[in-house]
Amino acid sequence: MEVYLDNSATTRVCASAAQAALDAMTAEYGNPSSLHSKGLAAKKILDDARRAAAERLGGLPEEIFFSHSGTLANNAAVFGAVQAKRRAGNRIVTTAAEHPSVGKCMDELERQGFEVIRLKPASDGNIPAEALQEAVNEKTILVSMMLVNNETGAIFPVEQIRRAVRAANAPALIHTDAIQAFGKLPVRLSSLGVDLLTASGHKLHAPKGVGLLYVKKGVGLKPFVYGGGQENGLFSGTQPLPAVAGFGAAIREADVSTHLPAAKENMRFLRGLLEHIPAVRFNSPADASPYILNFSVEGIPSQVTINFLSAREIYVSAGSACKKGHRSEVLTAMGLPPDRIDTALRVSLSRFTTKEELTAFADALSDAVKTVRTKL
Amino acid sequence: MKEIILLKDGELALKGLNRSTFEDILIKNIRGRLAPLGGFAFRKSQSTVTVEPETDDVDLDEAVRRIQTTFGIVGVSRAAVCEKDIRTICETAYDYLYDELTFAKTFKVKAKRSDKNFPLASPAICDEVGGYLLSKLRGLKVDVHDPDVTVTVEVRDNAAFIHGAQKPGAGGMPTGTGGRACLLISGGIDSPVAGYMIAKRGVKLTAVHFASPPYTSAQAEEKVHDLLEKVSVYAGRINLFTVPFTKIQEAIRDDCPEEMFTVTMRRMMMRVASRIAVWQGCDALITGESLGQVASQTIHALKCTDACASLPVFRPCIGMDKNEIIEISRKIDAFDISIRPYEDCCTVFTPRHPRTRPTPEYAEKTEALIQNADALIEEAVQNAVLKIIEAW
Repeated sequence: MEVYLDNSATTRVCASAAQAALDAMTAEYGNPSSLHSKGLAAKKILDDARRAAAERLGGLPEEIFFSHSGTLANNAAVFGAVQAKRRAGNRIVTTAAEHPSVGKCMDELERQGFEVIRLKPASDGNIPAEALQEAVNEKTILVSMMLVNNETGAIFPVEQIRRAVRAANAPALIHTDAIQAFGKLPVRLSSLGVDLLTASGHKLHAPKGVGLLYVKKGVGLKPFVYGGGQENGLFSGTQPLPAVAGFGAAIREADVSTHLPAAKENMRFLRGLLEHIPAVRFNSPADASPYILNFSVEGIPSQVTINFLSAREIYVSAGSACKKGHRSEVLTAMGLPPDRIDTALRVSLSRFTTKEELTAFADALSDAVKTVRTKL
Repeated sequence: MKEIILLKDGELALKGLNRSTFEDILIKNIRGRLAPLGGFAFRKSQSTVTVEPETDDVDLDEAVRRIQTTFGIVGVSRAAVCEKDIRTICETAYDYLYDELTFAKTFKVKAKRSDKNFPLASPAICDEVGGYLLSKLRGLKVDVHDPDVTVTVEVRDNAAFIHGAQKPGAGGMPTGTGGRACLLISGGIDSPVAGYMIAKRGVKLTAVHFASPPYTSAQAEEKVHDLLEKVSVYAGRINLFTVPFTKIQEAIRDDCPEEMFTVTMRRMMMRVASRIAVWQGCDALITGESLGQVASQTIHALKCTDACASLPVFRPCIGMDKNEIIEISRKIDAFDISIRPYEDCCTVFTPRHPRTRPTPEYAEKTEALIQNADALIEEAVQNAVLKIIEAW
């Protein structure tokens, strides 16, 4: 039995999304910018997907823009916001636990002379809300904080940012990378109070090759890709329609109100199984997203556990899949000792994950702990 | 314009009566590499082999690339073929080398007349061709000591050849003239270089890789395949045996003192590799060891590992510094693969304080602690998996 527990890296495309993508490739293959009826049909698919995303977020269709990846959407949000507000101040507040598609942008902005404040997660993986309030001042032009951390599942206090920005009377725009949350947790613009929000298709059972950026009406982002002016000029280049069509279908199928309780039950079940393995130490906070669990297996380097499980067709990740061969920056920022980081695994669930799969995983892990030992 | 490829076979010229055998093997090797590109006719004369495409649609650039990585050749050049008439030779030289000459400031003409019936002697050919080129290309000067371009004219029995700069060949001896040896390959920088260096001396390669799943990953094995493919560009077909090594490593971990882990492991590797090597008809083992690079490569540790090999062990990197090894690794295009970050079986279990001066007696005593070592070795040899690596 194949057990895929690396859903934060990417997901299997669900049937309805695959069908929608196939239709967009073979039947409605027109260019949504074309003026003939074939183009119009393609544009209709695009608009449907846009509407699905807007409804899910509680925004307007004209506030949703499709990009070619989550990374591109994050880059556009961060650089676009800073460009728009650069005359108003010099400070940017973010966290030390962002995905590289935000984190590396911050490194670049720092090189350009901006003052970047990176809030460190506490040892439990959460970002203390007080630290946020202290960091935001009247010179802050951007606050960018992910909603769910991709390595630990920790839910960051995005909802607190608006209050902090108001209290400091800052000109800041607020961005959240909601890639690990969208379609999984309740993500509503009204309660988040953000100006910019990023999501990605392939983390939610849609094909790879499509990201999404919500831009609040009235916020003018300067594009940094120039071309045919698609997506209101923000993401020039023909829209990746098959992926967008799949994304639309996947969004409509993601039903947080029924999937979330099931995920919580699965996570409770998984934690229960792992608690019986003495070598396991949890790194995710108790109140993290029920789709992600990070833990360390004392004495076995991550890669060895991955190899062991992989030979049994069980697929999990070490930290974040984007950073092969490097020590997790998130776990380092949490102040975990090197031993604990080098043995950390990330198990990420999807709404298709079953208890049977989780049991098979826990059994295999328990075998690994019994047989594998690298200490001499 | 008709073009051919000229090969200079260098060191083979030093061979005595069996020179022809060496040349035949060289031609056979090149023939094998060029076969997918089309038909070619081969001709030997003096220390040159001429390779002539039989059709016009052959990719000569690719042919030259393939010949350049064939051991046994010191230089390769593409040449234009023309009639043995001095006027034609001059015109052909101008047409064929026009691009090279227009970018050059200085040139010289070198002539070789092996057809002694040709009316002009070599110096006269140089004068004629040089004079013609000077008259056609303004600004070009003759420099016989350090010219930018050397125009070579060879007047042979059946035609004249004209060529410019010669490209370097891979050197060495033709693969297959030196027997067969077995390379122990880990996935690091040194072992592919060692394999390349011994293959260069005409030796065919068999390779043995030790895999220790789950301690080592599928990517580590993939890396070894990719590395051997780079070596195979030069060395030709390589038979790779991947040996399951987990049980042996776990036995050493469980039964032997920590400080002797690596030396004992290397000894077991030598035993397994010797078995496979003999079975595969190899007459030597090859390792990438470099003296003093790590604890298991001290002179004392090597003495301990050598004691377990039933064949001579070639260690071409033994006296080289790491940067010298890296230089060769880059040359054969293996370096970027070698530095992929996957653990191999040598690095998973590392003692905190390895013994740097073990004695063979102590190593033997340590090895005796392993429960049924012979059975484990037998099992590893029996379960080795063969994969054939062939770049061309």
